Amino acid sequence: MDISSNYAVQMRNITKAFGNCMALNSVSIDVKKGTIHAMLGENGAGKTTLMNILYGLYHADSGDIYIKGEKVNMKNPMVAIQNGIGMVHQHFKLVENFTVAQNIMLGSEVTNKFGILNMRKFKDELQKIINLYGLKVDPNAKIENISVGMQQRVEILKTLYRGAELLILDEPTAVLTPQEIIELISIMHKLIENGKTIIIITHKLKEIKASSEYCTIIRRGKYIDSLEVKGIDEEMLAEKMVGRSVKLIADKTPAKKGKVIFNIENLNVQNQQSNCLLAIKNLSLQVRKGEILGIAGVDGNGQKELVEAITGLLRAQSGTIKINGKEIQNTKPKNVIKNKISTIHEDRQKRGLVLNLSVAENAILEKYNERPFSSHGILHYSEINKFTSDLIKEYDVRPKNCKGVPIRELSGGNQQKIIIGREIANEPDLLIAVQPTRGLDVGAIEYVHKTLIEERDKGKAILLISLELDEIMSLSDTIAVIYNGEIQGVYDQNEVDENTIGLLMAGGSKVGKSSKNS
Amino acid sequence: MEKAAKILKKPITSTLIAVVCGFLIAGVIIALMGYSPMEALGLLIKGVFSRPKYIFKVIEKSTPLILTGVSVAFAFRTGLFNIGAEGQYIVGSVAATVVGIKLSFPPIIQIPVVIFAGILAGAIFGVIVGFLKARFGIHEVITGIMLNWVALYLCNFVVNSHEFNKPSNSKTYSINQSGYTTILYNWKSSKAGIEFLRNNKWLSDILLKTDVNVGFLVAILVAVLVWFMLNKTTIGFGVRAVGLNPFAAEFAGIGVKRHITTTMAISGSICGLAAALTITGTSPHGLYLLTMFENVGFNGLFVALIAGSSPISCIFSGLFFGGLIYGGNSIQSGLGVPSEIINITIGTILFFVALTKVVPEIANRLAKRRENNA
Amino acid sequence: MKKLLSIFLIILITSSLSACSWNDPQATSDDGVFKVTMVPDLGGINDQSFNQSAWEGLQKFKSEQQNVEVSYMESKQSSDFALNLDRLSDGNYDLIWGIGFSMSDAVYDTAKINLDKNYAIVDYSYGNETPNNVTGVMFRSQESAFMVGYVAAKTTKTNKIGFVGGMKNSIIYQFEYGFKAGVLYAAKEMGKGIEVVSQYAESFTDAAKGKAIASKMYSDDCDVVFHAAGGVGYGVIEAAKDKNKFAIGVDRDQSSIAPDNVLTSALKNVGQAVDLVSKRIMNGESLGGTTQTFGLKEGCVGIPVKNKNMDPQIYNETIRLSQSIVDGNIKINNKEITIPYDYPSYLEYISTFS
Repeated sequence: MDISSNYAVQMRNITKAFGNCMALNSVSIDVKKGTIHAMLGENGAGKTTLMNILYGLYHADSGDIYIKGEKVNMKNPMVAIQNGIGMVHQHFKLVENFTVAQNIMLGSEVTNKFGILNMRKFKDELQKIINLYGLKVDPNAKIENISVGMQQRVEILKTLYRGAELLILDEPTAVLTPQEIIELISIMHKLIENGKTIIIITHKLKEIKASSEYCTIIRRGKYIDSLEVKGIDEEMLAEKMVGRSVKLIADKTPAKKGKVIFNIENLNVQNQQSNCLLAIKNLSLQVRKGEILGIAGVDGNGQKELVEAITGLLRAQSGTIKINGKEIQNTKPKNVIKNKISTIHEDRQKRGLVLNLSVAENAILEKYNERPFSSHGILHYSEINKFTSDLIKEYDVRPKNCKGVPIRELSGGNQQKIIIGREIANEPDLLIAVQPTRGLDVGAIEYVHKTLIEERDKGKAILLISLELDEIMSLSDTIAVIYNGEIQGVYDQNEVDENTIGLLMAGGSKVGKSSKNS
Repeated sequence: MEKAAKILKKPITSTLIAVVCGFLIAGVIIALMGYSPMEALGLLIKGVFSRPKYIFKVIEKSTPLILTGVSVAFAFRTGLFNIGAEGQYIVGSVAATVVGIKLSFPPIIQIPVVIFAGILAGAIFGVIVGFLKARFGIHEVITGIMLNWVALYLCNFVVNSHEFNKPSNSKTYSINQSGYTTILYNWKSSKAGIEFLRNNKWLSDILLKTDVNVGFLVAILVAVLVWFMLNKTTIGFGVRAVGLNPFAAEFAGIGVKRHITTTMAISGSICGLAAALTITGTSPHGLYLLTMFENVGFNGLFVALIAGSSPISCIFSGLFFGGLIYGGNSIQSGLGVPSEIINITIGTILFFVALTKVVPEIANRLAKRRENNA
Repeated sequence: MKKLLSIFLIILITSSLSACSWNDPQATSDDGVFKVTMVPDLGGINDQSFNQSAWEGLQKFKSEQQNVEVSYMESKQSSDFALNLDRLSDGNYDLIWGIGFSMSDAVYDTAKINLDKNYAIVDYSYGNETPNNVTGVMFRSQESAFMVGYVAAKTTKTNKIGFVGGMKNSIIYQFEYGFKAGVLYAAKEMGKGIEVVSQYAESFTDAAKGKAIASKMYSDDCDVVFHAAGGVGYGVIEAAKDKNKFAIGVDRDQSSIAPDNVLTSALKNVGQAVDLVSKRIMNGESLGGTTQTFGLKEGCVGIPVKNKNMDPQIYNETIRLSQSIVDGNIKINNKEITIPYDYPSYLEYISTFS
């Protein structure tokens, strides 16, 4: 393709290496003015790196960037902003206790000639932009008081206010409810109508289909293809992204549900931020042998506190948590593990692993004090290594001879495999999986799902907590919805649709069948 | 090029470069003050190596530094910054002195009892810090600094007390001789011993003029033991896990609070051991009135830093440090350079050690340049 | 890399060891130069006090004699004393000074294993156990303290006087009891009762504490405070300045610190003694094994000649008194007395009044 001013951005043969790791290898992308262009790729494929180079955060080792046909040296984000590029990061960069208006103004303050802030003038300008694009936000609300979806709009407004013509949205839907995603997509279309161009980074195929016109796929730092989204189906996109055909829907037989093995009754847990509020309110839940119970909900509705209360990190104010009839609330994590509850924590790097310890040491993190891994206080590395080798073999961890290397050096998927293997090796009666596929690529996700279903089929009880509604819908035998620390309803997998769940997740009234528990 | 990059990536290389840079800058400062840096370096090396006595003195001086270094390094591994090492050292020496003066057993009992007293006192000070951190989340640096002063005044209280003060002296009595760990102390302080040694140049230099004692061997043993404990035992595993990621450790059922307290107890007891060995091994076998900190514990922080928190490396960085401090004196007397110059050298070396992350970066650049050239 | 390093180290060590097969220096070097060195106490040679005085003494010694070299080696902490003395003993010095009683053990131990070297120590006496190569130098500080006590008693209007000591030891006791004796002497002479309040700061460095103690004394009606407390004394003098009362300095003439508020100072001329002893040893006098005591007679203690805040008449009386101290015929109730230097001798002194 020629370099032409018809394109908002053209990046040619971009190459970037981090140390010995080739993050991008001669990747090119052409984004037509006035279109939504999706960057598709698995985690770690190099999508974000490419966009960071466009935004001037990183420097390409080689390759050129053209803005409207002009070659530009993206030295730093200031140059990018001057060239009309704006970026909304996955993690928002907002000052929590500032108002919306203050956050937007931050860094490009409107002042009079004495250097005094002119807030009124600024707010007028802001209101114009808000009206133009239909980005409904209250400029006077504090960031900490508005929803994540609203915060995202503030970030978008921020870039627009700085005169962005091209917006880069990095995984914008990761934190949104289904309803908010729909709204976001409509906002995106509005922006296009007004002559803006958007690049959206994502690995969610459905959203690409719903929003974008064009799509560039990269895999492991290599350019794969650019195509028009119309007339291509999700399976095919997935295949191009992963490099082989994948099953998007988890394959599973109906559950053979057994007796209730895990039982939460009237659990109350305090909110960690404010002492007078409850994060978990009078919550009751049962998990049976041989079923996957999925808890759907938007982030921040008590999932974290629920997991921490079960695993002994947080105190329960009242109520009971029983496994096999034995109460375990308000004991230590060690006791919880001993009572055959194993947890795959959502935050792999913070709670799941000690990144600077070796793979082998992480594999025995919970059991280093037990035989055969140690006796009389002395560690037995031969046993530890044997256990790890078996684990690596069984769960197909790559690279194969990694047991001595710090687990930091493994990819996210392989780290997760070690955690899953470790937890399953505990032979738990209840396996809690919290966001078990967060940040994993499609191939790894498939593997994790398969493993969870296998464990279910072995008769284990599995409690799945995920923010990805698709994951809950396809994996769970029973679906519970949590909102504001309360269970809104419990349904069998096939007696409820995504819309109903989505509404309940947003705190809407219960529609469809009444919940089984109430 | 490849080889250079490989060498640069080793941690020992960056430490050595830091040391060289430190010396260079100190040399520039000495030159600016109008002295000859080469002469100063010569004096330093001579002041450390030119007589067997000097070498043994350096070893004697390094022994407590190695131990406090190991102590600090161990605490580092749990993510604790044991700035209280100074206080733990002082309180260890106070306990060893008090017990050593008050009790009088035969050496076989006296020595272990005195050393144990030092260890116990250091451990208690360590546990206070660890407990306050684990139970109430009070930062160990704050409690450590506070306890340093407590220890200092406790020491001065003991020195001034009627019970222990050596009359018309700003120090305590020496501990009972049965508690000395100085090699051949009785013989070499006897008339016959002195006579014999005076006729033997080497032996008199080593035995008569220094307090050769078993402390150095103990220090090496402790460094090896701590290394073993860290890497081969369950306690060490817990310590490392808690130090590297307390959140994951907590979630995996490892008692974070318990480990913090345990670590500080062990760290403190090593400082106490260092102090007890100094009291039993070197003159004056008692306490001086402290007008300020003696820096044995604080220097342990530097020793651990240079050693990259590895207990085995602490042996070498402790010796290096001891040599610098002891040999530095001869620069002062030989050239008339203020003694501060040695502190500047040490400071510069530490500064560069802290900068050593730059060196692997240079290595990466080298590797990349090679790639580009290819 | 490692190999290279170890080879380098081995070469370094062996070369420095073999190349300089060291020599123990001879007792007195035959180079015709008399070399004297000193290890000052922690204050260092710029402490405005006795270390500085000692160093000035050595410099005076050098300037007045031919073929003399002088030097010093400072210590950072008490445990360095022994190290520094030891290192100096390896050099070819003819005389090594330890300044201050804190160095007593270090000097003793070093002297014992370096029998062919000469040592001297200020402010300490080993009594009968003085090694043959050590000379102790003591001061009769009680004599100057007696004089300033006499001055204070003659000057006070409130009949209440303060004494601030540094730390309790025999050196400071000389000051305290000499001072009290002087006050008592003057009080009897004038036939009135004068109270002396005495307090110790438990430090030689904490000026703030000195100020606090002295301030309290001044508000409790003392109008003259004498200090024998090193650095603590700066606080005492500052308090005198604040309250516009009198302080009496120690060791050297401290009137420069507060010209209007320092009444006088109990001089202790360490330098003079260092100079004297060095000279005598250079001239071949054998002082080893003895303790030399210096006082008014030798001109090593006393009060300054200029005291602008002192009544000239009092000065004259004091000088007259000092002469009788030198002559050794100071009498009370027709009994000859010695000026007390510690508590027992003070008790004895008091008893002569009754």
